[in-house]
Amino acid sequence: MIQALAFYLFAFVVVLSGALTIASRNPVHSVMWLILAFFNAAGLMILVGAEFIAMLLVIVYVGAVAVLFLFVVMMLDIDFAEMRAGVARYFGIGLALAVALAAEVMIAIGAWSTGPIQLARRAAPIDDAVPNIQAIGNLLYTRYLFVFEAAGLVLLVAMIGAIVLTHRQRGGVKAQNISRQIARRPQDATRNTSPVVGQGVEL
Amino acid sequence: MISWFESSLGYDWAFFLATIIDILVIALPLMLAVAMIIYADRKIWAAMALRRGPNVVGPFGLLQSFADGLKVFLQETIVPAAANRALFLLAPIITFTVALIVWAVVPFGVGVVLADINVGLLYVLAASSLGVYGIILSGWASNSKYPFYSALRAAAQMVSYEVAIGFILISVVLWTGSFNLSAIVLAQKSHVWIFNGYILNPLMFPMAVMFFISSLAETQRAPFDLTEAESELVAGYQTEYSSMSFALFWLGEYANVLLMCALNATLFWGGWLPPVDWAPLYYVPGIIWLFAKILFFFFLFSWVKATVPRYRYDQLMRLGWKVFLPVSLFWVFLVSGYLMLTRVGVGS
Repeated sequence: MIQALAFYLFAFVVVLSGALTIASRNPVHSVMWLILAFFNAAGLMILVGAEFIAMLLVIVYVGAVAVLFLFVVMMLDIDFAEMRAGVARYFGIGLALAVALAAEVMIAIGAWSTGPIQLARRAAPIDDAVPNIQAIGNLLYTRYLFVFEAAGLVLLVAMIGAIVLTHRQRGGVKAQNISRQIARRPQDATRNTSPVVGQGVEL
Repeated sequence: MISWFESSLGYDWAFFLATIIDILVIALPLMLAVAMIIYADRKIWAAMALRRGPNVVGPFGLLQSFADGLKVFLQETIVPAAANRALFLLAPIITFTVALIVWAVVPFGVGVVLADINVGLLYVLAASSLGVYGIILSGWASNSKYPFYSALRAAAQMVSYEVAIGFILISVVLWTGSFNLSAIVLAQKSHVWIFNGYILNPLMFPMAVMFFISSLAETQRAPFDLTEAESELVAGYQTEYSSMSFALFWLGEYANVLLMCALNATLFWGGWLPPVDWAPLYYVPGIIWLFAKILFFFFLFSWVKATVPRYRYDQLMRLGWKVFLPVSLFWVFLVSGYLMLTRVGVGS
C-alpha cells in the first residue's frame, strides 16, 4: 500500500519536474526542477531495491553535475526574448527527435517482451542476502572486468583531454609560491638601522 | 514499537507511524542539543578570549539560545524586493533539512539507529553534497553581490573538500568491508590491541586527522569560514536574511557541525563503543560514550575557531586539491594494498 503510494508519488513528481525543467522560463528554476527529477528517480530506484545506484545517482548527478550546471547557469546573462524566438525555430526538430526517441523506446520494450532476446533472467530478482554493492562489485570485477577497465581508461583520457584543452600558461601572472612564502624569514625582509638625524635610510 | 502498533494497525501503517515517532525522537533532542551547543560554543570562545560569554539569561546564561530563538521568532521576515522570492525562502529550508536528514543513519548504540541501511556512508555523502544547494541558492536568490560571491566560494570549497572526504571514507570502508555505519563501529572493536577505534591504527591516523580538517572545511567553520568572512563579505550568503529564515541557516549550520563531530567519532573513534575494550566500561550506555566523543570533537571545533586565523582563499584551494586529494588518494592505495597483502578476501 505505502509502496504503491510512494511509487505514484515519485513517478508523478519525476514526470512533473521533467516537464517543468523544459517549461520554466528561468534557467535556474530549470536546474532546480532537474535536481528534483534526479531525486525522485533515486527514490524510484530505492523502491525497486537498487539503493546503491540510487545513492550514486544523488552523489554524482545532484552533488556534482547539477552543481556545475547551476554554476554556469547562474552566471549566464540570458536574453529571454531570444530564447523564446529559438523555441519556434527548433520546435520541428525537437518534436522529430522526441518522436524518434519515443518510438525507439517502444520498439525496445516490444522486442524485450516478445522476442527471444533473453540476455539473462529478465529483471533479475533482488537477493536480500547479498547487498547491492557486493552484487554489483562481483559482476563488475569478474564478468565485466575488461569493459569496466576500458571505461576507466576512457574517463582518464577524457580527463587528460580536458586539462590539455583548458590549461594554458600565461606570462606576466604573479603566481603564489607557497613554499617561498613560508620560507621567508624576518631577517631576509627587514633590517635594523639607526640613521643619524636628518640623513634617512638608504634603500 | 512496530509490533506495538501492529496489534491495532496493519504492518505497513505500523511501520510508517513507528518511523515517524522515531524521527521525532531523534530530531527534537537534536534541536535541543543544537541550542545548548551554541551556548557551549559561545562560552568556549569567551573562555579562550578571557571573557565571560552569555551569562544573563537563566542560570549561567543557559537559556541564552532559547532567548535568541524567541527573539528571531518574533521578528519580521524580510524578503528583498529584487530577490527571487521562492528560491530565497527555499534555500534556508534546504540547508536545515539536509542537516537533519543525515542523522537517520548515525548509530547511537547496538541497533539503535533509525535507518540501518547498507549504503549508510553513501547516504551521508549524498546528503552532504546537497548541503551546498542551500548556500548557492541563498546567494543567487538574494540578488545581491556579497551573498553571490559567498555562494560561489562556498560551492567551490564544499565540492573540493568533498572529493578528499570521499577518499577518506573509502579507506574506512576498505578496512571495514561495509558501508553500513553500525558495521563500521563494530569493526573497530578492539581494533588495536584492547583499544576501540581506527584512530590508533598507524595507517588510519593520518586519515582521521585529514577527515577532521576536511570536516572543518565542509561545515565552513574557522579557519575555513571564507564564505562568511565578515571583513570581506559582510555575512556572506546570510546577508539578506532575517528572522526565522536566518535562524534556519543558523540551526542548520550547528546541526551540521554536530553531525560532523558525530561522524568523526563514529568513523575513527569507535562511535558508541567505550575507548577501551574492557568489560566494566560496557555498563555505561553506548549513547553516553558517543555523546562524550561528540562533545570532545565539538570542543576541538570551538578551540580551532577561537585560535586559528582565517585561511586565504588560494591557500584553501591549494590545501584541498594539492595536498588532501593526492595524499588521500595515495592513502587509499596504501590501505588497499596493505589489506590485500594481509587479509585476502576478508570483509564480505
